[in-house]
Amino acid sequence: MIYDYLIAPFVEFAFMRRALVGTLALALGAGPVGVFLMLRRMSLVGDAMAHAILPGAAIGFLVSGLSLFAMTAGGLIAGFVIALGAGVVARATELKEDASLAAFFLISLAVGVTIVSLKGTNIDLLHFLFGSVLALDDQTLLLIAGITTISVVVLALIYRPLVLECVDPGFLRSVSRAGGPAHIAFLALVVMNLVGGFHALGTLLAVGIMMLPAVIARFWARDVTAMILVAVASGAVSGYAGLLLSFHAGAPSGPAIILVAGVLYAFSVLFGRVGGVLRQLFPGRHLEA
Amino acid sequence: MSAALAFHDLTLGYDRHPAVHHLRGEVKAGALMAVVGPNGAGKSTLFKGIVGMLKPFSGGIDLCGLRARDIAYLPQVADIDRTFPISVYDMVAMGLWRDAGLFGGIGRREREKVRAAMSAVGLSGFEERPIGTLSGGQMQRTLFARLLLQDGRVIVLDEPFNAIDAKTAADLCDLVMRWHAEKRTVIAALHDLDLVKSMFPEALLLAREPVAWGATKDVLTVENLLKARRMCEAFDEHAEACAA
Repeated sequence: MIYDYLIAPFVEFAFMRRALVGTLALALGAGPVGVFLMLRRMSLVGDAMAHAILPGAAIGFLVSGLSLFAMTAGGLIAGFVIALGAGVVARATELKEDASLAAFFLISLAVGVTIVSLKGTNIDLLHFLFGSVLALDDQTLLLIAGITTISVVVLALIYRPLVLECVDPGFLRSVSRAGGPAHIAFLALVVMNLVGGFHALGTLLAVGIMMLPAVIARFWARDVTAMILVAVASGAVSGYAGLLLSFHAGAPSGPAIILVAGVLYAFSVLFGRVGGVLRQLFPGRHLEA
Repeated sequence: MSAALAFHDLTLGYDRHPAVHHLRGEVKAGALMAVVGPNGAGKSTLFKGIVGMLKPFSGGIDLCGLRARDIAYLPQVADIDRTFPISVYDMVAMGLWRDAGLFGGIGRREREKVRAAMSAVGLSGFEERPIGTLSGGQMQRTLFARLLLQDGRVIVLDEPFNAIDAKTAADLCDLVMRWHAEKRTVIAALHDLDLVKSMFPEALLLAREPVAWGATKDVLTVENLLKARRMCEAFDEHAEACAA
């Protein structure tokens, strides 16, 4: 009975297994990236970047249809251009980075949707916006796994400067020049993970598997390492449970995954050990010292 | 005695407005020097220049053979994100950066050093506490422990005794005197003139331009302080380009 509900779908259907592998890989790569985005107070930057990727992928789609390579390359290029462009505008003018990013991503979203609508069908547009996790082919899986591998390795390499730049940027600059390059490498990871997520979950939801687990982790852990572990775990649980939900209830799979993450988030807000609502309302008797 | 730092007609600032204007002179190796001046006098700016965070508009700073990593820097507490989830232990261990760098391991010897530094500032038992739960004084002790580990030849302290109680200030002053006894060069920005007079033999009075520099009792005169105040209030949005 339990087996039928929880395991059988993955045993019986290859597309479910592939979807599971894809989402687990995404959770492993995007979770830690999301944690750092949140700690750097850039939670909405992920959202903006996800939109920014759309026109790139759309141009790739225009040039060679639903080709993995073309759409990935387009998405990556667009993401990097926007990240760098927003950074340059922010440094060269009075505009702050968040405002210039907002300008850039709104324009790219409009361009992206226009391109897809003019040339493709509504189905294509849906694919772009919400992905198709149940139709991951070998190439796409390899791409996602590759992106995850790169991001775990790169994060390990830039971990110290990344943490230090959040806590005490003055100190980091006084001991090392690694802050700038680490920041750029980190932005590259954000773009890559969003492009990976785009194939499975679409541009709108890709950022969900990145940010929701990170925000959930904030309610359960007090230090960065534990936060990363909680984020990866909750991303993985959301992926697994979301796929089951979509299988049994016939819900669209991408949104189902993000919905499960949303439920976990709501639960964490209420019952989270670190600063959850219940904890704030009933902190327990105060301690002796 | 040889110099530890030399300022060659140094001008530092932001957006073309100088915050430190034509500073010349040198800091002797082993000096214990206070930098005083009103808010906005350029004390923090000078320090950021010394540690290489700010490029000079003109002139330069000669480290006199020291490498940038030999300078240990205490930023103002306000520049630190206290909400970041990091433990006191990890915060202190950052002081090992020079040895450990980006990837170096932290072995038993290093862990021992971190514990020793924490106990030297009276923070034993605080290892696992997140920095967000510390009081102002405890935070400053944490940063001093980190400085201890950095083992710098030159130690630059930006307002080290702001908003901390007398006991903490006294403990931290002891550390500063210990560094001085070890022949390290210590430069500190301070507002408490009585403390400067009692502890620092040398002082630099800054009001964007250097007002006076030398033995503390000659620098901190009433005329000099008044002059510094007047000079500091003269910011001109539409100033002409400096000819000097």
